[in-house]
Amino acid sequence: MAASGQEVRKKWEPWNDPQEKPHVQLVGVTKRFGDFTAVDNISLDIYKGEFFSLLGPSGCGKTTLLRMLAGFEQPSQGQILLEGSDMAGVPPYRRPVNMMFQSYALFPHMSVETNIAFGLKQDKIPKGEIAQRVDEVIELVELSAFAKRKPHQLSGGQRQRVALARALVKKPKMLLLDEPLGALDKKLRAQTQFELMNIQEKLGITFVIVTHDQEEAMTVSTRIAVMDHGRIVQVATPNEIYEYPNSRYVAGFIGDVNIIEGRVSEVGEGYLAIASEQSGCSIRTRHALDAPVGAAVWIALRPEKLVISMDAPADTRTNCMAGEVWDIGYLGNLSIYHVKLDSGAMITTAQTNRTRDTDRPITWEDRVYLTWTPDAGIVLGQ
Amino acid sequence: MNQKHQDTKAPAVEYLDSSSTDSVPGTLEGFHKQLQLLPPYRWLSQAIAGSGISARGLLIATPYLWLLLFFLAPFLIVLKISFSEYAIAQPPYTALFEWVDDIYIQVKLNLENYQLLYEDSLYWRAYLNSVKIAGISTLLALLVGYPLAYGMTRAPRHWRLALLMLVILPFWTSFLIRVYAWIGILKKEGLLNLLLLNLGVIDQPLTVMNTDIAVYIGIVYSYLPFMVLPLYASLEKMDDSLLEAAADLGCRPIKSFWQITFPISIHGVIAGCFLVFIPALGEFVIPDLLGGSGTLMIGKTLWAEFFSNRDWPLSSAVAVVLLLILVVPIVAFQKMQEKDKVA
Repeated sequence: MAASGQEVRKKWEPWNDPQEKPHVQLVGVTKRFGDFTAVDNISLDIYKGEFFSLLGPSGCGKTTLLRMLAGFEQPSQGQILLEGSDMAGVPPYRRPVNMMFQSYALFPHMSVETNIAFGLKQDKIPKGEIAQRVDEVIELVELSAFAKRKPHQLSGGQRQRVALARALVKKPKMLLLDEPLGALDKKLRAQTQFELMNIQEKLGITFVIVTHDQEEAMTVSTRIAVMDHGRIVQVATPNEIYEYPNSRYVAGFIGDVNIIEGRVSEVGEGYLAIASEQSGCSIRTRHALDAPVGAAVWIALRPEKLVISMDAPADTRTNCMAGEVWDIGYLGNLSIYHVKLDSGAMITTAQTNRTRDTDRPITWEDRVYLTWTPDAGIVLGQ
Repeated sequence: MNQKHQDTKAPAVEYLDSSSTDSVPGTLEGFHKQLQLLPPYRWLSQAIAGSGISARGLLIATPYLWLLLFFLAPFLIVLKISFSEYAIAQPPYTALFEWVDDIYIQVKLNLENYQLLYEDSLYWRAYLNSVKIAGISTLLALLVGYPLAYGMTRAPRHWRLALLMLVILPFWTSFLIRVYAWIGILKKEGLLNLLLLNLGVIDQPLTVMNTDIAVYIGIVYSYLPFMVLPLYASLEKMDDSLLEAAADLGCRPIKSFWQITFPISIHGVIAGCFLVFIPALGEFVIPDLLGGSGTLMIGKTLWAEFFSNRDWPLSSAVAVVLLLILVVPIVAFQKMQEKDKVA
C-alpha cells in the first residue's frame, strides 16, 4: 500500500482501521468436492457497507465462496462469521443474508409484486407493512409500471431489477450478487453498474458481488479480491489492484499489460536498476521490491503509461525501448500500437487521440521509441 | 481417358447446376416434380390448384379433416342412432329419416332413450359411481405419481432415461394380460394374501378381489404412466435455483414445495389428471375383471346394453351423455385458462 498521506479529505477505508470490526469474517475456509478443492484456505475480512468483489476466471471458486456465504454449501474446513457469530449449520432460510441469482430465479407463476413480497411473507410481517415496503423497493428500482406483470412479460433488464428488489426488500445484512449483470448487453450493463452503486450507497448494505468481468469489478467495488484456483491472490482497492498488482497473474488479469523479463543489476536509494535483454536497455524503476542484485524480476508496463515517439530521447537515463511499428489499431478514442522490439518481443502501447487529425504521424514500419517514467513500471518477483 | 475428354467438353459446373434444380433429392419441391409424372397425382394437384386451395391451407386443414372424419362423423352416427328406436332388424334400430309419399322427409326423433336414462336410477347411479371411482383413482394416481415423478427429476441425470423407460415398460405387455395378472395377485389364494399370511401380518385371507378396492388398484396401476409422464415433463423443466431462491428468502423446504414446486407443476398435474380421469370414467375392462357384481360403472353398463341386450339406441344415448359429462368440464376449464392468459 503506497499511501501518500498527503490527502486532506478523509478517506473511508475501514479495512485500514485496526479499530473497525469486520462485518463478515472468513477464517481458513476450504471447500472440497470429492478430490477437487474448489476453495482453498481463504481468510478474508469484509467490512460493513463495502461493495466487495470476488473476481476471477470461471472455475476459480468465487461462486462456491458466495454460495457458502449464502448457506447453500457448508465449508469443509474453516469458519464463516457474520457479525461475530458462527454461521456453521445455519440453513439459508435462517441467514440474514440475501442473494441475487445469476439466472435471477424469479418465480414464474408470481407477478413482480408477489415475487418481491415473497420474502416478507415468510417472515409473517403484517400485510400493510409488506405492501408499503414492496412499494418502496419497486419505486427504488423504477418498476412501478410493471408491478402486476409476470416475469416472462419483462425484458432482461427489468427482470434483473425485480431480482434485485426481491433480495433488497428484506433489508439483509449482506447482499450477495452472483454475476448480476452477466445477462445484460454492454450498454445496459454499464448503466446498471452505476445504478447498483447508487442503490448500495443509499441503503448502506454490504454487497458482495461475484464477477468475471474485471471492468465491472473495477467500476463498482470498494475492494476486489482476485481469485485463482480456489485461492485469493490479492485483495485491494481497484486503484491498487491496477497500479500495484502483487503478481504477474493479477497484472495480467486486470487490464492490458506488457511483461518484460530482467535481472536486478543495481539496488540504489529508492530505485532499482534492471538489466533486460528483452527491452535492450537498463530500466530504472522507483517501485521497491526486496530483490537482491542478480535476482530475476518482471516489469509490468501498462500500455497507456508508455509514450511512443519517432525521436530517441536526448537523455540516456530515461527508460527507453526501440522497435518497429508492427500493427496499429484505431479505436476512435485510442490508438493501439504493437511495437516489435529488436529482441523480437512485442509491446503494446495505447495513445489517446487528443486531436482530430486524420493523419497520424506514426505509421507502419516506422522506427519508434517507447519511453516511460521510473514510476510507471511495476517490478514483480516470482 | 474418355471420361476426362467428355468432362472438358461440357462446362461441368453449369451442367450440374441446371440438373440439380430439377430434382434436388430430399426437398419437397423435387419430390413434387417427380410425382407430377404420375397421372393421378397430376390430376389431384391440378384439381387442388384449380379450386384455389393452397398447399398451406391444405396442411392447416389436415388435422381438422382428421377430426371431422374420425371423431365428428362417428359421433354424429352415434347421436343419430341414439334418437332412433330399438327394432329387431339388421341393423337393430329404426331409421331416423323416412320418405313419405316420395316428396316429404319425415324425421322421427325418439327421445325415449334419454327419458329412460333420466328415469331409471340404474343409469344415474352408474354415472355417479363412475365419476366417483374415476375421481378417487385420479387422486390416488396423483398421490402415487407425484412423488414418483419428483424422485425421477431429482435422480442423477444418467439414471433418468432408464427410470423413464421403467415407467413406459409395462406398455410393452398387453393391457389385458396385466389386468389378469392382478387377479393372480389379489385373489383369495393370490400372491398378496400368501405373502401377508406367511409374514403373519394377517391370519385370515383378505377379500380384495371383486371389490371396489381391486378396481382402484387396477385403474391406478394401469393409468399411472399417464400421470407420471406429464408430471415428469413439467417438473424437469423447473430451475433448481428457484428453490434456492425461496430458501434464501426465508422459506423452509416443505413450504417451498407448496409455494413454488407445486404451483409451477400445476399444468402437469392438470394434464395428468385429465389423462387418467377421462379413460378411467369410461373404463369397463378393469371393473369387469377385478370388480364385483356390485361395482357399477357406466362403461360396463354400456357394454352390457350394446352386446348383451343389443339395444343400440339406448347404448348410444348412454355414450352421448358420457361424452357430454367429459366434454363440458374440459371446455369450461379451457375457457378459464384462456381468461387467465389474457389477464
